[in-house]
Amino acid sequence: MVTPRTAWLFLAPALLVLALVAGWPLGRTVFFSLTDARLDALEEWRFLGLSNYTFLLTDPDWWGAVRVTLVFAVVSVTLETVLGLIIALTLNARMRGRGVVRAAMLVPWAIPTVVSAQMWAWMLHDQHGVVNAALMGMGLIAQPLAWTAEPGVALAAVIAVDVWKSTPFMALLTLAALQLVPNELYEAAKVDGLGPVGTFFRITLPLIWPALLVAILFRTLDALRVFDLMYVLTGNSRATASMSVHARQLLVDFQDVGYGSAAATMVALVVALVAVALVTLGRLRLSPAGRA
Amino acid sequence: MRRVLGRLGFALLVALILFYTLFPFYWAVVSSLKSGPDLFLVEAWPRAPAWSNYTAVFQDQPFGRNILNSVFVAGSVVLVSLALAASAAYALARAQFRGRGMLLGTLLCVSMFPQVAVLSGLFELIRALGLYNNLLGLVLSYLIFTLPFTIWVLTAFLRELPLELEEAAAMDGATPFVTLTRIFLPLMAPAMVTTGLLAFIAAWNEFLFALTLTLTNEMRTVPVAIAMITGSSRYELPWGLIMAASVIVTVPLVFLVLVFQRRLVAGLTAGAVKG
Repeated sequence: MVTPRTAWLFLAPALLVLALVAGWPLGRTVFFSLTDARLDALEEWRFLGLSNYTFLLTDPDWWGAVRVTLVFAVVSVTLETVLGLIIALTLNARMRGRGVVRAAMLVPWAIPTVVSAQMWAWMLHDQHGVVNAALMGMGLIAQPLAWTAEPGVALAAVIAVDVWKSTPFMALLTLAALQLVPNELYEAAKVDGLGPVGTFFRITLPLIWPALLVAILFRTLDALRVFDLMYVLTGNSRATASMSVHARQLLVDFQDVGYGSAAATMVALVVALVAVALVTLGRLRLSPAGRA
Repeated sequence: MRRVLGRLGFALLVALILFYTLFPFYWAVVSSLKSGPDLFLVEAWPRAPAWSNYTAVFQDQPFGRNILNSVFVAGSVVLVSLALAASAAYALARAQFRGRGMLLGTLLCVSMFPQVAVLSGLFELIRALGLYNNLLGLVLSYLIFTLPFTIWVLTAFLRELPLELEEAAAMDGATPFVTLTRIFLPLMAPAMVTTGLLAFIAAWNEFLFALTLTLTNEMRTVPVAIAMITGSSRYELPWGLIMAASVIVTVPLVFLVLVFQRRLVAGLTAGAVKG
């Protein structure tokens, strides 16, 4: 048997590494957020107290980034959940070639976000993009749109790319949950004369709900810290800058480590708050599976 | 009649899903084979397919070096994470001690943490260690997100193994270390392949740390290199090159996904859906 003492011994290497690469930098970031440190002279700081935070809370650029991030997270996760559910229900039907479709869907999930952002940036190109050509060919738009530069549509474009990349992830997790629903329940529903819609809302959805909620939680937390997609697709444009993009711009481009660290700490706080809210509202129990 | 229509509609839906998922890849391949002014014509197939973008991406850019960098970083991260996580997961899954539940909760929180929140502290740490613009700095920093996740998934896997295994080992007088390395490690091999693969993909795709902690073209990893490809003119990006580079890094991933499809799905659900 493994005694508690030995257990800690086996845990020690991993915990020490995590304390060094996660714990310590996090503590330093919080500390920097109380100072006026600059990137080129990290050692020369003055203690400022909470003034970075009070300034941040009156900064319209910060609130713009919060708004962009929340809109992005809510819209993209909602679309991904609904589309993922539709795709999963389709793939759950017995059919030939299901494996091929499932493999095809893993690919967008597996490629780097940077690659998907570049592929879509080219497709959405204002003059030579295939999207504008197709939409104009169908007569849906009269002139080419500058998808990634026009503030009115840029966020929609960013969301569309995220939906393309992340829907497969939702679909696969939903499909895994669907496959655990016992077949007898569907047969019983048929005997009771429940139609397909009734079966979905009375049987399928309640049974997959816990798994779906966990997937939604993971996707939401992922969406709230989004960085790569906006950075590559639209640069530092205010119309699409997420909280992470904004914080990094302050830290690196403006070299303002004190103020940027305050923004970064707030990002962590927002993510933590949303996580707590979702776990409490959804009454989720998160633990590794197996014997409890 | 209704059945035929239903089947047709179903086939149409599957075709639509496939088109939506795969068209961007098709377009990237087609664009990467167009050279010169052909690139600016929206045509479903290049008039004169050419490899010039593929040769140029290795000649004009240190893209070969970037790929090696990514392989080195992601490979090292996987090996270090698996070694540390196997030992930690053994303790978390097979021992009862105070603070175990809290530890698992903390690990989950760390793996969900926004990376930007450690950025300034990490930058200072990496510079203090002399690892700025060094691949080892990336290996170290990537452990932040690969380690909690590998520990979590391996713990879930180890808990499924029967208790009798340890009892038998203890009867034979095996120490916990021997039990872990001789008995559990071989059994963990499939789970390690799956988690290792997921960790590899995560490290291969990482962008924020790689962008911030490296400086020169030669030290960049693939995602940063693809984000930063610039052409001779400042006003027009070399889209042919960018698409060629995108295709080059996507092909091995497609291959991995095809080979390990089942395992990847199982790993994803083990990590996420056990509520």
